[in-house]
Amino acid sequence: MIRKSIQSRRARETRLKIYGITSICFALIMLATLLISIGLNGYSALQQAYFKLDISVNTEKFVDDSGAPDNNKMNLFNWDGLVQSALREFFPEVKDRDEKKELFAIISANAGYDLKEIIKKKALGSGSHTLSVWLHLSDDADQYLKGRLSIDIPEEDRRINNKQIAWVNSLVERDIAKLKFNKTFFTSADSREPESAGILGSVIGSALTLFVTIMFALPLAVMAAIYLEYFAKPGKITDFIEVNVNNLAAVPSIVFGLLGLSVFLSTFGLPRSAPLVGGLVLGLMTLPTIIIASRASIRSIPPSIREAALGLGASKMQAALHHVLPLATPGILTGTIIGMAQALGETAPLLMIGMVAFIIDIPTTFTSSATAMPVQIYMWSDSAERAFYERSSLAILFLVAFLISMNLLAVVLRKKFEKKW
Amino acid sequence: MTLPLSFVFFVLLGLSVYFYYHAKSGIVRKAALLSDRTKALPSHYGQQSFLWAFIPSFLILLVLTIGGPNYIDQIFYNKIQELNPTFNESFVSLILAKVINVSNGKISTGEENIIMLAKDYKIAFEQLHFYRGLVVILCAALLGMIISYRQKPGSNAREEVEKFIVNIFFASAVIAIFTTVAIILSLFFEALRFFNLYNFFDFIFGLHWAPNVAIRTDQVAAEGSFGMIPVLLGTLLISFIAMCVAIPIGLFSAIYLAEFATPKIRDFVKPTLEILAGIPTVVYGYFAALTAAPFFREIGFSLGLDVSSESAIAAGAVMGIMIIPFISSLSDDVIRAVPQSLRDGSMGLGATKAETIYIVILPAAIPGLIGAVLLAVSRAIGETMIVVMAAGLSANLTVNPLESVTTVTVQIVSLLTGDTEFDDIKTLSAFGLGLALFFFTLLLNIFALSISRRLAERYD
Repeated sequence: MIRKSIQSRRARETRLKIYGITSICFALIMLATLLISIGLNGYSALQQAYFKLDISVNTEKFVDDSGAPDNNKMNLFNWDGLVQSALREFFPEVKDRDEKKELFAIISANAGYDLKEIIKKKALGSGSHTLSVWLHLSDDADQYLKGRLSIDIPEEDRRINNKQIAWVNSLVERDIAKLKFNKTFFTSADSREPESAGILGSVIGSALTLFVTIMFALPLAVMAAIYLEYFAKPGKITDFIEVNVNNLAAVPSIVFGLLGLSVFLSTFGLPRSAPLVGGLVLGLMTLPTIIIASRASIRSIPPSIREAALGLGASKMQAALHHVLPLATPGILTGTIIGMAQALGETAPLLMIGMVAFIIDIPTTFTSSATAMPVQIYMWSDSAERAFYERSSLAILFLVAFLISMNLLAVVLRKKFEKKW
Repeated sequence: MTLPLSFVFFVLLGLSVYFYYHAKSGIVRKAALLSDRTKALPSHYGQQSFLWAFIPSFLILLVLTIGGPNYIDQIFYNKIQELNPTFNESFVSLILAKVINVSNGKISTGEENIIMLAKDYKIAFEQLHFYRGLVVILCAALLGMIISYRQKPGSNAREEVEKFIVNIFFASAVIAIFTTVAIILSLFFEALRFFNLYNFFDFIFGLHWAPNVAIRTDQVAAEGSFGMIPVLLGTLLISFIAMCVAIPIGLFSAIYLAEFATPKIRDFVKPTLEILAGIPTVVYGYFAALTAAPFFREIGFSLGLDVSSESAIAAGAVMGIMIIPFISSLSDDVIRAVPQSLRDGSMGLGATKAETIYIVILPAAIPGLIGAVLLAVSRAIGETMIVVMAAGLSANLTVNPLESVTTVTVQIVSLLTGDTEFDDIKTLSAFGLGLALFFFTLLLNIFALSISRRLAERYD
């Protein structure tokens, strides 16, 4: 009988173990599914369908009377027409107006603009030039070439019709169109056309925002932590501060967005969509995280260090700033990195203060309109076009890779400077 | 002459640094004249001069930079209203916005009056910048000179500097209080304006949420109704689904990690779960909307069920996955905080490990575990991006997880990201929801923190 009860008691233990292992495996499988599904969605955005055009331009058209290059003339020139006529040379059979329209739909709507930018950059000498340039195909042609648009569904439900598919295929056969590395994705800001959209604008926006966040939150958090650890007299005010810090760490991030909207935007009149405001809001949000981490780090320094300094005649301030703070720095840094990673991935408060606008320019100052990486991901995945999903996934991969390396850096720092006193 | 902000700031900084060295060498000279010793190090006198010159002037700079433009706007607002007494408020603000844009050169106009005002506006701004620079620099110079002049070798500069710095430290600690107060006040006052337009009890107990108010007065549209019960119910439904996923998985993972896992497994699993915790919520939202929602729809379809494409279950399940690491790491800490002596005692009496866990450790850890779960619930309620991307917009009064529901955060985002006027009832209703959200999560947090603290005290 005893043996039987032992058996059932052991079985209970095994069951508990199995529950634990299953749960952990479930969590890990979910992590893997998440990353793999996003990776499978996104890897193809590393490539983009380009086509090659041989174009002849006469730069004398773009100079003013004195011979200096004239941007205005360049902007007025019919670049789209130049691209379209060059494309038509490949398909002389296309005559009909509607057919022409369909043909031009397989190349990017921005092709003319891109060509102008390329020519501008090349700064050709005066005279007539013939050069071959690679321009974007449209996002539908691009998705078709990547096999992302299934051609089994009826023609009228597809974004690309049979004629267009035939043209694209013939371009590929003639080696005029092919998939190349998608440089645009890393060098441009947002665009209405998926093929010209990139993440650089939002990366810079995020960088400007985080700069404001760290300049605002880190000094304040360290000073507050030192105060709470060494100078605060036990009492109601100190207790109240502590309760507030702990609560703020758990307030939903969107509430900080509402705070930013009603205080920074409508009371202080700071500009909408600006990295300055975004940084301040995220700074307020990460402040408690850094304060808590800094306090823990300061507390882990043995009191003997401080007491030795005090015993040798240092003042309380000198003991804190000259002796404890340098030793606590690695811990504070770790906490800061984790707080910054949290701020970098945060989206909701930025939506509240208008950083969700469609912005084509790369931001340059703290008050210019900008967007941030997670917001860009949100906007792209909200859009109807398949090619934007792909870009959204790739942007996620970059963001997550960056965040994981930030967190790893924090772990490595902690391991490296971890001291047993 | 214009003095840009960065220029003023660097002049201020330079001046303050100058006073640092000025005071530092000055005090040595004074001491030598009196053939006396300084009571503090010379650098302390320098620090004192630096702080006295820099901090007050910097605060003045901050106030003028933030408050100045608002003040000018107010003056011009009044001016426009005086010139045209018949205009109503919103029209005056519109003209003011036009004047500002013209003065910045963003738009051009042919209207004489506006061009005149824009010119005045530009001049007013230039004057503001000029006087801001003048006041700040003069203030710094004056204060720096006064303090450097008054320093005597016999005064203890170190003590005064340290007192000053402690006050600055105190001020930065108090920012936490200010932030909370600012959140409460701003939410409260905007919500109060909403309740002036809409009955408070209709908001709290109303069963119908449809914020489609006519944007223009001549537009024909249904009267908007703002009853928050369906929105609240949707929030609770999605949070409940999330908890059904997260609590068992998080707790069992934590028990395994704390009690059974070898150090090697622990060292691998813990950081991996931390990665799960470090993934931004927008990524989970993307996953929920584009992978999980179609997945649940397919499953429902094959079972003959009609699953909405924005079903509560997809958003809830993905939110649960997001919260797993949160619960597991908090519970792991709680379980490991249970003293080893309890374990040893139980094992010594012949209990198996499972029995020790069920009968001894979990009861001892229960307050902390409840605290962890409550914090997780508060996080689920306040979570925004997953539901914005994967849950619906229409407020259905239902508890069916296969249907589409909306949440408080979704409504806040959708009400505030459009191009609405700030005084609009729709915008204000978002603050009403925000206030409800804040108080709900605040109560949960306070409760959770006090419960966890009780555990910590029990075994101290």
